[in-house]
Amino acid sequence: MTALDSELRPPEPSRLIAFWRRYRRNRAALLGLFLFALVLLMAATAGLIEPIDPLRRAGAPLTAPFIDWATPLGTDQLGRDILAGIFHGARISLLIGVAATLISIAIGVVIGAISGYFGGWVDDVLMRVTEAFQTIPNFVLLLTLVAILGSSIEYITLAIGVVSWTAPARMVRAEFMSLRGREFVEAARNLGVGDLSIIFREILPNALPPIIVYSSVIMALAILLESALAFLGLGDPNYASWGNMIGQGRAVLRTAWYCAAIPGIAIVLTVLSFSLLGEGLNDALNPRQKK
Amino acid sequence: MPLTLPPMLAYALRRLVQAVPVIILIMIGTFLLVKLAPGDTVDALVGDMGGADANFIAQMRVEYGLDQPIWVQLWRYMAKLAQFDFGWSFVYEQPVSVVLMDRLGTTLLLMGASLSLAFSVGILLGAVAARRAYSVTDNLISTLGLVFYATPSFFLSLMMMLLFSVKLGWLPVGGIQTIAAFYTGWEHVWDVALHLIMPTAALSLIYLSFYLRLMRASVLEVVDLDYVRTARAKGAGETRMMVHHIIRNALLPVVTLLGLQFSTVLGGSVVVETIFTLPGLGQLAYQAVIQRDMNTLMGIIFLCSIIVVVVNFLTDLLYARLDSRIELS
Repeated sequence: MTALDSELRPPEPSRLIAFWRRYRRNRAALLGLFLFALVLLMAATAGLIEPIDPLRRAGAPLTAPFIDWATPLGTDQLGRDILAGIFHGARISLLIGVAATLISIAIGVVIGAISGYFGGWVDDVLMRVTEAFQTIPNFVLLLTLVAILGSSIEYITLAIGVVSWTAPARMVRAEFMSLRGREFVEAARNLGVGDLSIIFREILPNALPPIIVYSSVIMALAILLESALAFLGLGDPNYASWGNMIGQGRAVLRTAWYCAAIPGIAIVLTVLSFSLLGEGLNDALNPRQKK
Repeated sequence: MPLTLPPMLAYALRRLVQAVPVIILIMIGTFLLVKLAPGDTVDALVGDMGGADANFIAQMRVEYGLDQPIWVQLWRYMAKLAQFDFGWSFVYEQPVSVVLMDRLGTTLLLMGASLSLAFSVGILLGAVAARRAYSVTDNLISTLGLVFYATPSFFLSLMMMLLFSVKLGWLPVGGIQTIAAFYTGWEHVWDVALHLIMPTAALSLIYLSFYLRLMRASVLEVVDLDYVRTARAKGAGETRMMVHHIIRNALLPVVTLLGLQFSTVLGGSVVVETIFTLPGLGQLAYQAVIQRDMNTLMGIIFLCSIIVVVVNFLTDLLYARLDSRIELS
């Protein structure tokens, strides 16, 4: 250490750079980021691979992969290009995943915030409702909602959001209960700030980081739920979906197993990317937490 | 107090009483879902009969109480549900409760097998991974857990079918028993067990990964606590320490998760039972959706909720038994 060093400390790295440095220490998290980027890239370039319709006939039915370069991953029993289905399926999976996650977080934040902030009988009532939603098997409820609302992509997304808000609600509630007695909240209250402002302007920004990390879990679950629905033939038939491709591949499993295996691998890698991403974010955001 | 219950039981019973409002909410919820669905009981009946004139339909509406105000209908519906009367299934031409009871056994068997497998293998692998934290073994187990977690059960089912039924021919591809074999005694048990191997594996792997990860984290947490150091200082052997001091305490969060996740596992059985054509509640739920059999569907929701509440009661008992720190009074 020279005298100069002690007087002129190097400038603090910006928060983003510090965050990135912590994030990249975890090699698994980097793999997750890479896989996530890959899925994003597939979703973005789906139109280049197949600009017209991924559900149209593109070649002879049941062409095996790596035989015809027009359909590099082969075709299914209706002659549809599997590669095009994978790329367009990435789009649908991400779209439904993001939208359903936003819906679930929105419901969860509102219910959890009201419950945790007000406490008392409001908390009791809302927690019983939350428990009721947790008690009903979520996939059965999802099936019922889809049966009632119909299988269009909007309703499926909404239904997935409706069956998966309980965990974020509980997390938000716990955060609010621990934050509502802090000095900054008392200060705001003494300044005459209204309840709504305190909830959304003062407490919520402080309660968000764990929710953001958890949203990667919801995203993974939403993608799994959508693919299971599509696998059972209850998805939106107008879009290429990985689950639907596997469901149809089931009919030709004996002779052309790749029809089911390729979209299956796509789901595994996508879900894997979200869980690795979530763990990486968690480690980077809570560096002091014991591993 | 004139009547003294064992404290553990009293604790679990108190938790059970807390479930009553939840059950009532679920009753109201299913009623609302039935009301939301297009068509009512009379529409279904009339459709079944192939049509009827308007007077007759109106008369039937009165007979079924559908002309009553919504509160009266709700009250009657709840009273019926409380007696496990779920109405008539127009698909099976039987009371829904009879159809459900027919299917319950298979689902409970599948649940029991899957959860036992997921729980026992999960805590075992989790404990091993934690004891060798950051070694090759740990990395292998943790990676395996991540892959299990990311694999949808239906995809896993198909790949197992491909390998074990189509290619190797070792396991039956579906059903709960060999049809027209009429096995009895142990041969029947063996036959059912063979049919359950793949569904059990498919349903349990995701949850196995949950238990594994939680158990690993939990053991790592417990290992550093003072009483473990004390036990080690007193010369407790590695096995004794693991079994008596570490595992028992590390199990607590895993048991909580077991109760919390039971309803998710029950939901997962829909997919697995449908793929392996197991005649259980899950497969019934899928068929009810396809055939628009709302009464059966609501019966399944209600019955599943009751099962979940009962299982949570049992895990509470287990938790209280494991954790002597809980003040039960």
